[in-house]
Amino acid sequence: MKGRVEIRIAGEGGQGVILAGIILAEAAAVWQGLNATQSQSYGPESRGGASRAEVIIDEEEIDYPRVRQPHVLLALSQEALDKYLPDVRDGGVVIVDQDRVVPPACPRRRLIEAPITRLAREKLGRAIVANMVALGVLARVSGVVTLEALRSAVAHRAPSGTEEVNLRALELGYHAPVREVSD
Amino acid sequence: MSERGEIRLVQGNEACAEAALAAGVRFFAGYPITPSSEIAEIMAVRLPQLGGKFIQMEDEIASMAATIGASLAGVKAMTATSGPGFSLKQENIGYAALAEIPCVVVNVQRIGPSTGMPTSPSQGDVMQSRWGTHGDHPVVVFCPWSVREVYDLTVHSVNVAERLRMPVILLMDEVVAHMREKIEIPPQVETVDRPRPSGDRQDYLPYDDSSDVPPMAAFGDGYRFHVTGLYHGPSGFPTTDPEVADRLIRRLCGKVQRRRQQLALTSAHLVDDAEVLVVAYGAAARSALRAVREARSEGVRAGLLKISTIWPFPQEVLLSLAARVRRVVVVEMNLGQLVLEVERVLKGRAPVQHVGRVDGELVTPEEIRAALEGV
Repeated sequence: MKGRVEIRIAGEGGQGVILAGIILAEAAAVWQGLNATQSQSYGPESRGGASRAEVIIDEEEIDYPRVRQPHVLLALSQEALDKYLPDVRDGGVVIVDQDRVVPPACPRRRLIEAPITRLAREKLGRAIVANMVALGVLARVSGVVTLEALRSAVAHRAPSGTEEVNLRALELGYHAPVREVSD
Repeated sequence: MSERGEIRLVQGNEACAEAALAAGVRFFAGYPITPSSEIAEIMAVRLPQLGGKFIQMEDEIASMAATIGASLAGVKAMTATSGPGFSLKQENIGYAALAEIPCVVVNVQRIGPSTGMPTSPSQGDVMQSRWGTHGDHPVVVFCPWSVREVYDLTVHSVNVAERLRMPVILLMDEVVAHMREKIEIPPQVETVDRPRPSGDRQDYLPYDDSSDVPPMAAFGDGYRFHVTGLYHGPSGFPTTDPEVADRLIRRLCGKVQRRRQQLALTSAHLVDDAEVLVVAYGAAARSALRAVREARSEGVRAGLLKISTIWPFPQEVLLSLAARVRRVVVVEMNLGQLVLEVERVLKGRAPVQHVGRVDGELVTPEEIRAALEGV
């Protein structure tokens, strides 16, 4: 993608939404030489409440730091999808965890389903790394960052001792079977 | 050949803490409060690694007092707070201004009054940062709009505080404090140390007014030492002599007044052919720059004056830019604070419109465009 790209990652507290946003921004900004701005908002509870991270990536300097019409929405919960789908721009990409979300009609956008949490649980035995699986899916489907840049960011940012499982989760997501649902 | 810095993705508050350390701050006293807490958290980890001291005090009043005390002992000192905490620090900020004690006070603004909405941004403390403590006093307030500028203005705040022997306020907003952006962290920064006495100890006058910033001995250096919040003459001892009092306050305020133009940091964007000038600061200026660019694509010749030094207000820059435009739009996340200063300076030379927002959300480019493209 060229120019300003707006990405919103949303889910529940505890799903690692914010860390996913930070790693995506760091991959683009530090490891791929682009500019990135990352911001976040939390629900009232740290676990179970709504959680949202926003990343803007651009080759140019970034002015307005908020997402207005995402090019990419990664929705890890039904609530997040229902709330943020209407904002996604025409032609934008909506990525959902197929086991957690019943997607509504999604006209004029590309809806991508992947077994995100299931892969994390079944292949790695750790549902908690679903956020990295999701980032792998996002990188492959959207092309906003390279897998290489994401690998570097994960190695740098993942909590100490969890680098390897997070890197494996990332690869798993990048090569995950995805299904593009058309209307 | 200059050494390359480290490229990192950092949060605004993190950039503030790292910059303070790079500028030589070795003491931090605070009482953590959202949305400034990360500054205290990072200082608590980093200061001991550098031989510095971190103290979590019992409240914000004590934090400000401890910051002043550390500075008197010769250490570059800082505190950080938000909203209600900034209100509590006001009395001691006045003390630091009168007793000429260098220190940096970071206020990450959140919406108020009172406890308001702790995680929601605002720019409601503009006038408080100027007049929050009582009496005529000198004030320098910087306001960053990006993580890069947080870093640079934090270093600058420490340096100005030291150079002028006064408290300097870094006025951030929640948006800038919590966003992460890429910055290159320089291997070293230019630092300034407060002027120190060099002459005979017997002749030392702590408030010698033969220069406008008297040399400052640290407590324990062996120089005579007396510090008070009462008006004082060159010896530092209290006075009620009207002539001495007048001279003191005019000198204190003159420190900033005389350096107004060099302290006034601004940047102008797309102003060369502008017919409407937007004036904004902090995160609101990011929205404003977007709005200006979009308005231009619709044929509206808009430009932006982004203000980084709120106090002393950069009036010369505003006057020269405003002379070339038809109207001025001031954007801020309050019901009208810096706009009063814009109106004071322009004295009706150009119509001034205010775009304000007080619901805890960042002002949007659309709201600003409505003001640019309306009329």
